[in-house]
Amino acid sequence: MNVNQTNDIRGLTALELGRLIKERKISSLEAARIYIDAIKREDGEIGAYISVFEEAALAQAEAAQKLVDSGVGGPLAGVPAAVKDAICVKGERTTAGSKILEDFRPPYDAHIIEKMKEAGAVIIGKANLDEFAMGGSTETSYFGVTRNPWDLERVPGGSSGGSAAAVAAGLAPYAIGSDTGGSIRQPCAFCNLTGIKPTYGSVSRYGLMAYASSLDQIGPVGKDVRDCAAVLSMISGRDKRDSTSVIEHGFDFSWAWGGAGGSAGSAGAGNGSSWGGAGGAGAGNGSAWAAGGMDGAGGSAGAAGTGTADGGRPLDGLRIALPTNYFAMGLAEDVKDAVLKAAKAMSGMGAQVDEIEIPLIEYAVPAYYIIACAEASSNLSRYDGVKYGFRSKEAGDILEMFYKSRSEGFGAEVKRRIMLGSFVLSSGYFDAYYKKALQVRGLIKGSFDEALQQHDFILSPVSPTPAYRIGQQISDPLAMYLADIYTVSLNLSGLPGIALPCGFDREGMPIGMQLIGKPFSEGGLIRAGLEWQAATDYHKKRPEPRKGRGQAE
Amino acid sequence: MQITDTLIDYLGELSRLELSEEEKQARKKDLTDILNYMDRLNEIDTTGLPEMTHPFDASNNFREDVVSNGDRRQEMLENAPDKKGDFFKVFSTVP
Repeated sequence: MNVNQTNDIRGLTALELGRLIKERKISSLEAARIYIDAIKREDGEIGAYISVFEEAALAQAEAAQKLVDSGVGGPLAGVPAAVKDAICVKGERTTAGSKILEDFRPPYDAHIIEKMKEAGAVIIGKANLDEFAMGGSTETSYFGVTRNPWDLERVPGGSSGGSAAAVAAGLAPYAIGSDTGGSIRQPCAFCNLTGIKPTYGSVSRYGLMAYASSLDQIGPVGKDVRDCAAVLSMISGRDKRDSTSVIEHGFDFSWAWGGAGGSAGSAGAGNGSSWGGAGGAGAGNGSAWAAGGMDGAGGSAGAAGTGTADGGRPLDGLRIALPTNYFAMGLAEDVKDAVLKAAKAMSGMGAQVDEIEIPLIEYAVPAYYIIACAEASSNLSRYDGVKYGFRSKEAGDILEMFYKSRSEGFGAEVKRRIMLGSFVLSSGYFDAYYKKALQVRGLIKGSFDEALQQHDFILSPVSPTPAYRIGQQISDPLAMYLADIYTVSLNLSGLPGIALPCGFDREGMPIGMQLIGKPFSEGGLIRAGLEWQAATDYHKKRPEPRKGRGQAE
Repeated sequence: MQITDTLIDYLGELSRLELSEEEKQARKKDLTDILNYMDRLNEIDTTGLPEMTHPFDASNNFREDVVSNGDRRQEMLENAPDKKGDFFKVFSTVP
């Protein structure tokens, strides 16, 4: 391949590259080499990766090619992928961005890695993250900061900042992230990408390093909705090793990219008639936009961009709630304008957009941090220097070994959250903080359930601001926490959300919006996202080529 | 909520973290700030409300009590910071 073709490949979506591999225009091995070479050349200034698995990736690429050659393998067979370094890949270093796991090599694959390997994915490396996914800027990793490809002086968001930066910089066709309080959606918004935080229970957490188990969910980071639909179809589904994974056969969104038999626009299994949700809440509300349900059939009619046969508008029948109180709090003017403009545009596309209030949002951040830190303090008690991970050389007895291994192994933000969690769970404060937060969590879920009774989706900003400068917020933890205001409620409630590019601020930085749906309404969210991306081209914008990129060597 | 020196020491103990004097002072300040912010939850009356521990009603995932993952002792020991034969090696746990 010549150099021009090489760079063209990196501009393709994951599904486009998968198609080229199937059509034998490029081999899986060539694709992996192009990306690995690009990482070696260019990742120095981005810092998207902690590890690159050259040898294993090339072996996987050869295996994937065999799958493709024998006519099996999914739509992403042979396509390289970056995986957030909080997800275990057998035999390859998995660090969670922490010194305490600097040399950890998991003896097993996470459930989603098993599924990816079966589908012929080629894992080229592990993406940087905030230590143990605790942060919103990818500045707390032991392995250094990741920079935003749109502006190297700014953060890529977090905690899946390495995943987002890798895709935005053309250093991975797609990536896997995890979202505990916004960690997929916010970096996607900061890097002009599409990302999905699936309904809690859609994707097995087996092999994901636990941060806050009742909130954590793995999901896709991609260049567009189609890629995210393909990745989520690949990784979702029941796994008996995670009793909270509940959808029996996983999602099948092949209608979104015209896969499965090649008939674009074929209706999904079951009801192909509606947008909104299923899995309970959405049933029987009479909306025309529903999907799936816990059987995993992400049914939804019609592919995007096809319009409707009778000349109707693409979002006809969709009812969107616009929570006006979300726009009355301290958010950047450009973000507000872009999301409200998007609401107007969707209304023009046929959606009914209703201004409502969703109460209690101001309590989401405190409730979230109490619960997340409580769960974290418990989950991270396993790092004691005994069975794996870092052990201090300074200790003289067993207790000292625990104390010193943890104190030397964890970074400042992780220690802060462990201490906060220990506090809210401690006798004397448990009722006032932890119990209280769990009660408020129920109220917050109730306010979302109510909004979603009358509406298919809720439209909101992802983050109050676009990507900010590296170092700007890191010294003020409370300010960092408050920036999660629009994202954490979904994790508290277990609801799915899709982050979509919807504009740029006056300095050219990307702005994202999110659509929030009922449990297991991913099919409808994807369908609405496809229509949005058929009508707009924000998601097609890429960062300006950096020095050295796109030039012949 | 004011975090005192005594409370910081206690939280260090609960968390099994050894903190430098500098860290203690920094945590005292930021934990106090954060908890004061969290105290706004008290604006909501939650008397008698249920505690939501989980997004959905989850049921246990029962299975027969049989070994399914084989003997992976050596694989597990690969990551041990210190080992002796087939065992993890640590300091004496009894005085």
